[in-house]
Amino acid sequence: MPNYAIEVNDISMKFNLSQEKLDSLKEYFIKFVKRQIKYNEFWALKHINFKVEKGDRVGVLGLNGAGKSTLLKVIAGVFKPTEGQVIRHGRIVPLLELGAGFDSQYTGRENIYLYSSVLGYSKQFVDEKYDEIVEFSELKDFIDVPIKNYSSGMKSRLGFSIATLVDPDILILDEVLSVGDAKFRKKSENKIMGMFDSGVTVLFVSHSIDQVKRLCNKAILLDHGELKAQGNIDEVAAIYEEMTK
Amino acid sequence: MKKYIDSFKKYRFLLRELVKKGIKLKYRRSYLGIIWTLLEPLMEMAVLSVVFSAMYGKKDRAFPVYILTGRLLYSFFSQGTKTAMRSIRANGGMIKKVYVPKYMYPLSCVIFNFIIFLISLIVLAAVATVLGVYPSLWTLTAIIPLFTLFLLTLGVGMMLSTMAVFFRDLEYLWEVALMLIMYTCAIFYDPSMLAKTHTDWILKINPLYGTIKTFRDAVYGSSMFTEPYWIVMPLVFSFVTLLLGFWMFKKNQDKFILHI
Repeated sequence: MPNYAIEVNDISMKFNLSQEKLDSLKEYFIKFVKRQIKYNEFWALKHINFKVEKGDRVGVLGLNGAGKSTLLKVIAGVFKPTEGQVIRHGRIVPLLELGAGFDSQYTGRENIYLYSSVLGYSKQFVDEKYDEIVEFSELKDFIDVPIKNYSSGMKSRLGFSIATLVDPDILILDEVLSVGDAKFRKKSENKIMGMFDSGVTVLFVSHSIDQVKRLCNKAILLDHGELKAQGNIDEVAAIYEEMTK
Repeated sequence: MKKYIDSFKKYRFLLRELVKKGIKLKYRRSYLGIIWTLLEPLMEMAVLSVVFSAMYGKKDRAFPVYILTGRLLYSFFSQGTKTAMRSIRANGGMIKKVYVPKYMYPLSCVIFNFIIFLISLIVLAAVATVLGVYPSLWTLTAIIPLFTLFLLTLGVGMMLSTMAVFFRDLEYLWEVALMLIMYTCAIFYDPSMLAKTHTDWILKINPLYGTIKTFRDAVYGSSMFTEPYWIVMPLVFSFVTLLLGFWMFKKNQDKFILHI
């Protein structure tokens, strides 16, 4: 029996795109009484089924709006799917939106603790790793500056350094290999490659098909919320390339 | 149940960080910083004392203590519920991007306001000593109304934070409701004034007044147990509110993300 890291069982995700924004009680009440509340139901994901074996590196392919990010967020636990369920075996580190949880009035140092706590680390762990974070992010001179004065590259560098602190069992990457300048990009790619070598399971979204081919051994293809294909990277990439022609 | 305890343990550090953030950012960039915690109630007390002493024309030396006790408890309730109510929307960006147990947001708001409130009790101690209201052993019983007040604020905060996600109007409605609550808490008038017009039932159904009254008893160094109603009613009310608040929150939290 194969050893699964992630099992995605018949997941659907529905969003209600209300045509008008109903933000107020009065509006809501009037519309409710008149039975005028219209929702544009929008299924971002429709009955997605797949399993990821331990150690697999899976590329998630698809055009804009195909549901890639939604799928990753469902797997990461940010969204709760409307139907279906996800079973995860092991510690997930989602590198989805680096620095979500940073507070702009806080300094770099304070944000290291804040963001670490958001990611569920313990205080002791952060205390131990603090120097490592600062060193990797190369922000030693700016660590006591409020983060609102950081450039976006600096912010992502700090976010990346904190998020990659633990050795995950499952790594979820959404276009994060394009962090910072060329020098830092190389460093971060090395770090992620190091994780790859240690046998971590990876879910990877990128618009660069070459990068996906280079890094992944399997792939799934999404189109308008449906799972179009899954299997070995070369087969799926061929279908995707056909689609984008 | 074990699942919840484990998850709480895992995110204990987050709760601490959020509480710290609330306190730190509240006074950041103001010159006096955390001193405002003490200064603000003191200044408000001075204003209220002058206005109402002049209005009632009475010469009660300890009247500022009376006002201050009511004002401090009420303003914790008002600040705590207001920030908790807005907490989900204020942290919308984070909620959309990473998973954390969402009750952490309103909970941390209530806790950080409670800590600020506890710090501001220093003012009360100082004013009471200056005006000759001295503590006795009964003062230790103040912990009962403080505990009740915390539960009440958390419960109401959880309810409001859930509802405010779906109806943003609530933020304005609650301001009005708070005003009504303030005037029915006997913060700056004597409750016997209401008894004259047979409207003192308002105080009887107001759990916040119950906590203010028993807290005052403790501060004045007298026993609050002579009329247990004022202890039991708020406590029961708070527990029910808290259970209801958590239940509402839990039932709706997965839908938050579609509305913020």
